[in-house]
Amino acid sequence: MSEKQFDEYHILHELKHYLPSQTPLKDFIHHNSLHAFQHMKFYNAIFKASKIFGYQATLQLDEFRTLYETGRINDAVLDKIITERRGKDQLSEWKRNVLSKKYDDSITPRIGMLRSQWKEIYHLNLDNSVQPFLFRILAGYLDQGISIWEFPHSEQGFLAAIRALEKNSFTSFFKTGRAKKLLHENITITDLLKIIVGNESYFNQYIFDQQFSHRGWSGMVATIEERPDTLFDTRIISLNDVIILELLLEIDTLDDQLGKNWQPLSVHLNQPPVDLFEDVPVTELQEVFKILQDAFEWSYYDVVLSGILLNNQQNKSQIPSKSFQAIFCIDERECSIRRNIETADPEGETFGCPGFFGVEFYFQPQGAKFYDKLCPAPVTPKYLIKETNVERSHEHETLYTQKTHTFLTGYFSTFILGLWSAVRLLQHLFKPKMSPAISNAFAHMHKEATLTIENKDINDIENNLQVGFTVDEMAARVNGLLKGIGLIKDFASVIYVVGHGSSSANNPHHGAHDCGACSGRPGSVNARVFAFMANHPKVRECLQQNGITIPEATQFVGALHDTAADRIEYYDTEILYASNKELHKKNSISFEYALDLNAKERSRRFASINTKQDIKKIRKAILDRSVSLFEPRPELGHGTNTLCIVGERKITRGLFLDRRAFLNSYNYKTDLNGELLTGVMRPLGPVCGGINLEYYFSRVDNQKLGAGTKLPHNVMGLFGVANSSDGDLRPGLPWQMIEVHDPVRLLIIVEHYPEIVLMSIQSSPEMYEWYINEWVHVAAIHPETNTVYYFQDGVFKQYHPFDNNISTVNDVHMMIENATEMETNNIVHATQENMPVYLHK
Amino acid sequence: MKHLLQIFVYLPLLAFFISLFIDKKKEKSLANIAIASIGLHSLVLLIIAVLWMLDKFITIDYKHLVLYKSEKFEFFINFYFDTTTAVYALVGSLISLSVTVFSKYYMHRDEGFKRFFNTLLFFYLGYNFVIFSGNFETLFIGWEILGLTSFLLIAFYRDRYLPVKNGLKVISLYRLGDVCLIVAMWMAHHIFHKNITFNELHNAVFLNEVIAEHPLYIQTMCLLIVIAVSIKSAQLPFSSWLARAMEGPTVSSAIFYGSLSVHLGVFLLIRTFPLWNNILLIKVVLIAIGIFTSIIASGIASVQSSVKTQIAYSSITQIGIMFIEVALGFHILALVHFAGNAFLRTYQLLVSPSVLGYLIHDMVFSHVPTQHASENTTIAKLKNTIFILNIREWNVDIFLYNFLWKPFKWIGNRFNFIDKSISIAIISLLFLTGILHIILDEFLPTSVILYLDVLYAFLAFIFIVKAFTERKNAIRAWLHIIGSQLLIALAISMNEHIDFFHIFLYLSGILVAAIVGLVCLLRIKAIDNDISLNQFHGYAHEQKGIAALFLICCLALLGFPLTPTFIGIDLLFTYIHTHETLLIICIALGFILIEVAVLRIYARIFLGQHKKAYHPIAYRSS
Repeated sequence: MSEKQFDEYHILHELKHYLPSQTPLKDFIHHNSLHAFQHMKFYNAIFKASKIFGYQATLQLDEFRTLYETGRINDAVLDKIITERRGKDQLSEWKRNVLSKKYDDSITPRIGMLRSQWKEIYHLNLDNSVQPFLFRILAGYLDQGISIWEFPHSEQGFLAAIRALEKNSFTSFFKTGRAKKLLHENITITDLLKIIVGNESYFNQYIFDQQFSHRGWSGMVATIEERPDTLFDTRIISLNDVIILELLLEIDTLDDQLGKNWQPLSVHLNQPPVDLFEDVPVTELQEVFKILQDAFEWSYYDVVLSGILLNNQQNKSQIPSKSFQAIFCIDERECSIRRNIETADPEGETFGCPGFFGVEFYFQPQGAKFYDKLCPAPVTPKYLIKETNVERSHEHETLYTQKTHTFLTGYFSTFILGLWSAVRLLQHLFKPKMSPAISNAFAHMHKEATLTIENKDINDIENNLQVGFTVDEMAARVNGLLKGIGLIKDFASVIYVVGHGSSSANNPHHGAHDCGACSGRPGSVNARVFAFMANHPKVRECLQQNGITIPEATQFVGALHDTAADRIEYYDTEILYASNKELHKKNSISFEYALDLNAKERSRRFASINTKQDIKKIRKAILDRSVSLFEPRPELGHGTNTLCIVGERKITRGLFLDRRAFLNSYNYKTDLNGELLTGVMRPLGPVCGGINLEYYFSRVDNQKLGAGTKLPHNVMGLFGVANSSDGDLRPGLPWQMIEVHDPVRLLIIVEHYPEIVLMSIQSSPEMYEWYINEWVHVAAIHPETNTVYYFQDGVFKQYHPFDNNISTVNDVHMMIENATEMETNNIVHATQENMPVYLHK
Repeated sequence: MKHLLQIFVYLPLLAFFISLFIDKKKEKSLANIAIASIGLHSLVLLIIAVLWMLDKFITIDYKHLVLYKSEKFEFFINFYFDTTTAVYALVGSLISLSVTVFSKYYMHRDEGFKRFFNTLLFFYLGYNFVIFSGNFETLFIGWEILGLTSFLLIAFYRDRYLPVKNGLKVISLYRLGDVCLIVAMWMAHHIFHKNITFNELHNAVFLNEVIAEHPLYIQTMCLLIVIAVSIKSAQLPFSSWLARAMEGPTVSSAIFYGSLSVHLGVFLLIRTFPLWNNILLIKVVLIAIGIFTSIIASGIASVQSSVKTQIAYSSITQIGIMFIEVALGFHILALVHFAGNAFLRTYQLLVSPSVLGYLIHDMVFSHVPTQHASENTTIAKLKNTIFILNIREWNVDIFLYNFLWKPFKWIGNRFNFIDKSISIAIISLLFLTGILHIILDEFLPTSVILYLDVLYAFLAFIFIVKAFTERKNAIRAWLHIIGSQLLIALAISMNEHIDFFHIFLYLSGILVAAIVGLVCLLRIKAIDNDISLNQFHGYAHEQKGIAALFLICCLALLGFPLTPTFIGIDLLFTYIHTHETLLIICIALGFILIEVAVLRIYARIFLGQHKKAYHPIAYRSS
């Protein structure tokens, strides 16, 4: 940041870079909360961010020490890490530092120091008078449908609308004359800062202080400025407008409270401005944190790696005949359902790939006025798929009507709806069931609907989007996916393509539970579209030319797995051949059983469900959770995600990973040169790494980087949540989603030759940044020698895991019944329930 | 049957005490105790309600317990049961039971799980005290409990700035209402020459006689009651607190601010209806408040873009209409309206997080972009004006600040010259004089005494204002408060030959609390040698025990129904005669501010953002 000349354009650009970039909640997309620091090495970045913005960047020192005491940081691993970092002779000293030395670990951030001077000098808290009012105007302007009276002149843009309102009314937003007058002049941020701050060299710091005192709102504005289409009812707003209004309100408050008795802030200052982004000095405490974080990570990774090696040594025979194959999302929540399906039917084979199944498009439900993007967030699709031939009876919930908020209709509705709401309340409490107010994953697409998947006329274009895919386009996508996951021969007769979504009640963050690869929506349409494509005879012909021969008898079936309710719905099963219908009938029984097992496995985390009770009762209890208004944890989302394994199912089948691993199928044998690998690896950083880091930061600082507990959340304007009506928006994940999460970086494990993996991650600078800067770890399993290579400082080096005693369990579900329960509700203890790696039969 | 009425307060009280002693980790036991007690409560209520109906709806009046009795003063607990009680009790127990069951799951693993259920039970106790009360004294116990639990639930997330700030804001307003009620009680005592029960208000002959005798007093007393109920029910110009109260967990907002607590204003209006039924002025005032509030609040509701505040203002709108109904005498209608509104708003608040998914889904299918027409008519201009005023919440907040709190700050700043040594000098000098007077009897001439008590009361008030505006030192503020209490006791002792046992009753709780509180503050000071009141310290994060103890001291000091001080306050007021306007004003103003000053110390030292940032700390704005 230059101190000489104040450059408005530059500062706005910088600001937007550092502000949180979470979109309105309907489009929840996981991303690295510290994306602005991603060009730096992980540790340098987090300590710098911590010093500037006051974030807690790792677990607290005493949390780490508790983890050591409870055995979750392995002593041997800790010794090894200290030795590696500090040398053998310093082991005992550093061990003492790490485990018992007293440090002053409180953080004094650089941000906010300048603006706090107002209080020091004038005993005036500007934020108290300005913020609540500013937030109310902002929320009113951006509002999508809570307020009944739309912001007048909203079509003109934020500041213009306020000007128009001011001009056209008998009162004003301002209390004093000067600010009101300035509003109508063609003022810039610089002009206003000259009045408020005076000396230009403080401007940068002042603007950063000001905007970071409500980073939630500023971030939302910056995001909407960047992507206006993220709001259905579009609004023209810019950070520039908001800063101008805020500065005007500050002048207004100062004039009102102090009259003429105030001077620009810089008049009172002796210290030079602080360079917020100046390098952060290296401290001993930082080194302690690095050691502890590394030790915590490797205490788990090490066991995982030895588990994989051990599992690989146990020669497993190929599955002779396959009763079905099923392709799931790589999502770590599907890690357990896949294992359970394989338990239910050992002849079933499962695969994993990003849950949009390689088909990127916008989806328009019948009657919808907007499109849903169904592919990873950075992709901009060129295709549109429409839902047709279905009567969408759009159900309403009378109790939500805004008519209850007005004078007269409100009056009558209190009489009419009053008693009914008492009845509904009791119903919800004692007999929870699906209702229009609950986000239902299966309602995303109508089961009976027809989708316009195939494009027969390339002139069929709506809003610049081609309706459907041509045969060639379809074939390219099916070909890409099947090759990527290594499914190019030995096809079963029925192949399921299972997307996932999540139903939950009373949950503004429900988008965060849906499929991340489908921009935070259920993956049902993608699954169905892919199945259609793969069943298409002409597509099969094209595939054959590409060397993939799918037998005539093989049919694909789309499906959706509800990860909260543990239910599966299948699509287009009527097209199945008679023989396949029979198979499907048999398979769906296995799936049902697998869902029972999955529900049981998940239930161990839920205090209200007794894992030892009858499995059907557990299943019912799990289903009820997803429709219970009083349940803030319908599921635990991506909590505990730590691993991403790229390779054949063989290397993980037989390994109990406790729903902690993203599983991406890939067969190195079909891709010896790693041509496909780059494509497979590309989304892993942004998607899996993004999820992992968002959980990491929301866990280590749930107050500043997470959304805090969701219990007091108040929905603002249908785009965000805040704790209070006068409060800032709360981006990040709520407490209820991160409690069980171990804040550990993602370890990607690829089954391939290290040099090929290296080549692949180096294929583009954006991708390489994730690895070289250590935001995610990557290791390669050498397929021939069955040894591990770990990537560090630009090279893969062989890694020797400790002799971990990996036990074998006969029955996973027996083990789950008897698993350790957390000692207390304390968050450090919550992760005691995270299990080690087991081999299972 | 009337003896059964006491169950309604003893049951929640018992549950509250049991709940206090349960380990905070035992979520199930904590929740189940609350559910069982409220469930049992509802069951007993149903039985009694049925019996009462079979008994042809005859009002039950039961003088339960005489807490203190002297020749001219009797302090007793009185219970009462009529249609109004029945409706409030049935609605209250159904809502409380549902919300408690809801909370059992909703609050799971929350840091303050135990605190929440304890506060909920305590709230329920207060609610029942109010609705089953048969006289003002009993009602006032409940009224105080509700005020305190409101503060505790708004500031439930005590490590954040806004909840604590808004909690203080709400309790300051509540306190204003409480003091209005105390003064009204004091007036009632002098007008009726006894502690009147609600049942006796129905004795028209007796009432009309009294009204004819003291028309002005009755009007003033009723106006004070109107202020108290307007505050409790968030009517204009006190409306804005309700929107600020939505800080705690959704469940607590639902039960408190959506439904039960805000409707208690309407309850007290119905209870005191015979008092003002024949006073046109009061009726006009009530109807005016109702009309203004419902129109303006519905306007404000229409521009709210946060779901909870929208529900808050909608609820205020309906309560405004209830005021009109009650004033016009349509009590059954008002009761049905209350029940409907309470259920509806509770439900709407409980499901408020769903609104995002539901309305967005709704938008996908039925959104119609607004057609903007730019008009330049006067009507458009008027509309815009109202829009801006609605966004500004009609400036009531600024209005209240300027008229209620700013004057106190102004006074406090004028008396800045009083520093520690001057304070000590004044206190000792005055004390000496006062005590000499009491001991030597007739030591001072009567003409001096006449003014001396007012002087003491005024100084007491100044001391409280000093404590209220103190920025630097919490201990100094605390000492000022203690000094003020001694001065008040002295002022009243001057007044006439007082029974020293009454003074003892008054000071008993206060002195113990003062000393223990002082020790707490000294302990905190010893940690970092920093107890300024200029910022929040958030010591509750690391000093939970001291924080809890200090809160109890604060409550005892304030005459909360914990110690004999509670009765003492009432007794002291009886020594003030109706003509001593200056004295009552000084003391009343002091009573308003003292709670604010005391809780401000508690909040600044123990609540808010923890000042040591070795753990995640929420932004000030969040």
